[in-house]
Amino acid sequence: MTSPATFPPYPHRHLLGIKGLSPLDIENLLDRAEAAVAISRGADKKRATLRGRTQINLFFEASTRTQASFELAGKRLGADVMNMSVASSSVKKGETLIDTAMTLNAMRPDILIIRHGSAGAAALLAQKVGCSVVNAGDGAHEHPTQALLDALTIRRAKGRIAGLTVAICGDVLHSRVARSNIVLLNALGARVKVAAPSTLLPSGIGQMGVETFSRLEDAVADADVVMMLRLQRERMAGAFVPSVREYFRFHGLDAAKLSRAKPEALVMHPGPMNRGVEIASAIADGPQSVIQEQVEMGVAVRMAVMEALLEGAPS
Amino acid sequence: MKPVVLKGGRIVDPSRGLDEVGTVVVVDGRIAEAGASALNQGTPDGAEIVDCTGLTIMPGLVDTSVHIGEPGAEHRETIASASAAAAAGGVTTLTMMPDTDPVIDDVALVEFVRRTARDTAIVNVIPTGAITKGLLGEEMTEIGLLSQAGAAFFTEGRRTISSSLVMRRALTYARDFGAVIAHRTQDRDLASQGVMNEGLFASWLGLPGIPREAELIPLERDLLLARLTRGAYHAAKISAAMSADAIRRAKADGANVTAGVSINNLALNENDIGEYRTFFRLAPPLRAEDDRLAMIEALRAGTIDIVTSGHDPQDVDTKRLPFAEAASGAIGLETLLAVALRLHHNGDVGLMRLIEALSTSPAKRFGLDAGTLKPGASADIAIVDLDAPWVVSEADIVSLSKNTSFEGARLQGRVMRTLVAGRTVFAQQ
Repeated sequence: MTSPATFPPYPHRHLLGIKGLSPLDIENLLDRAEAAVAISRGADKKRATLRGRTQINLFFEASTRTQASFELAGKRLGADVMNMSVASSSVKKGETLIDTAMTLNAMRPDILIIRHGSAGAAALLAQKVGCSVVNAGDGAHEHPTQALLDALTIRRAKGRIAGLTVAICGDVLHSRVARSNIVLLNALGARVKVAAPSTLLPSGIGQMGVETFSRLEDAVADADVVMMLRLQRERMAGAFVPSVREYFRFHGLDAAKLSRAKPEALVMHPGPMNRGVEIASAIADGPQSVIQEQVEMGVAVRMAVMEALLEGAPS
Repeated sequence: MKPVVLKGGRIVDPSRGLDEVGTVVVVDGRIAEAGASALNQGTPDGAEIVDCTGLTIMPGLVDTSVHIGEPGAEHRETIASASAAAAAGGVTTLTMMPDTDPVIDDVALVEFVRRTARDTAIVNVIPTGAITKGLLGEEMTEIGLLSQAGAAFFTEGRRTISSSLVMRRALTYARDFGAVIAHRTQDRDLASQGVMNEGLFASWLGLPGIPREAELIPLERDLLLARLTRGAYHAAKISAAMSADAIRRAKADGANVTAGVSINNLALNENDIGEYRTFFRLAPPLRAEDDRLAMIEALRAGTIDIVTSGHDPQDVDTKRLPFAEAASGAIGLETLLAVALRLHHNGDVGLMRLIEALSTSPAKRFGLDAGTLKPGASADIAIVDLDAPWVVSEADIVSLSKNTSFEGARLQGRVMRTLVAGRTVFAQQ
């Protein structure tokens, strides 16, 4: 897509999390992604950057959109892409993650994309295989490409990240998206506010580089960006919050609450959305929503990440 | 058996408050004399003389929290392999947790362990009994018959009895047989899916945490019941500063209560988990540095009576997994003494107090013939070079499982020779 000389060399072999990346690393990936947007928007969407390379998507958790995004990103760069879904794999027969990984590793892929329900699964895999590993979400730990695509979306709309106020709202406790975004936004100099019912905030949140609010309105006040998080269905009834309607009443983003933000504030959501739970439909589809833009940026960011990781790797 | 004379070593015997250079004379597997004046009667004829100059002679360690995979998981550890690991670590008596498969909740199982130990073990391996049948927390086991058969004390191993009524009755009933109830406390509901200490570090890792209160809430209940019943209660593995405070209060009230701590909670903290290192997933979990320091202080002050290895062998099938899916536990028999000696070398805990907690106190609490170099006692002895440096290496591990939390650790203090009933069962190469 671009000649390697266009961007500074990328110094890491894997992308396991945003933690550990320097602001320069992040800007590097965002700049590359910016260039990749043009490819997806052109009539000829195919490049040869990763021609001959093999990409395996190893998804232990179902995820239509992330898996499709990685698959498309690989194909647009010319890689051979294979999807391994859990339902048809031997994992169900008791094989461990490592054994599965070793088996795939023996097929000599160049890059492994992994999503897994356990925190640290991507790091564990990276220790055992000979190729690059991209974390596509590991438990409640990190989802680095999501944070990067969010940053790209914000940067394209606002021209910068530094100095912006970003409100991250909802189930922070169980959210890998929130953790990756908190790290990335802090690294690039944004002010991060967090709002959630206190049962959905992790222990020690006050030391994670954010300001914490129990009222959504207070977090949203004067924000440049409002990021909503998905509330998993099994957490809606009684365990963490009493009911969907109570959650929506106090923590769902509607027009009244959004009016507290800056007039041109962006509304974001990593998807899939629960309309009427964490976000009102009118807001999700409204003029401030950049949710579709996020999906588009997802492909660009994943192209950039894979290109950067494989650039220095031997063919 | 030839008499043995251990000559010219520093003898540290907490059972008599003895710390002097002298000689230990062993005849017929028992200690004849131990001290500066031991050779007043002359050297016994034909004795094997062991020069212990520069070495320390102490009663062999008594480790009261050892998990073994026999019966049920012999690929992880057998009674024989655990005893070999113990001998290498200067541990001459170990009590084996009852959470095997099947559970040691029946006289036949106690007899199986004793028989297997007699036939295959090179140190004293003593069974413990489950408090409740099948470790289900419901019906009491035959505490009287199991005691008679040789169960050292009663425990649920990794599990916690959730019913206050069951715990009350166990404490009350065991009292009639002079049996101690040893309990590791963790509130199942509050701990929930937790896999490490709750706090900022767990939050960044995205791992569910276990609050300290999950340990304290059932512990406080048990301590109230110990006061009520006057039963003998041992808090098997505490990890949090607030738990030590609770023990201190119960002791001040005159309750028949003791406390133990795993060496891991004295030597490590939650930061050692680093990037999801499963060998540091332990039960109780590694806590914050403040808690570790509180454990050391409680040990020094006598609030904590007993230090154990918490030896818990796990294989790749249970450890080479994502952190939250891995089993908890680490082996520890071979490193127990050397890691504990860190506390001596850096001045945290005196040598006498340390050996007392590793040997004399557990023997006394559970009525075991061990933990002393008094004349007449079984000659269970560890001869140690307190200063010898060494590095823990997986290749040298005797235990069948290799899940040590101290791989690559630089330790100071090496077991040079271990004797059980006067017989050398381990000698450093």
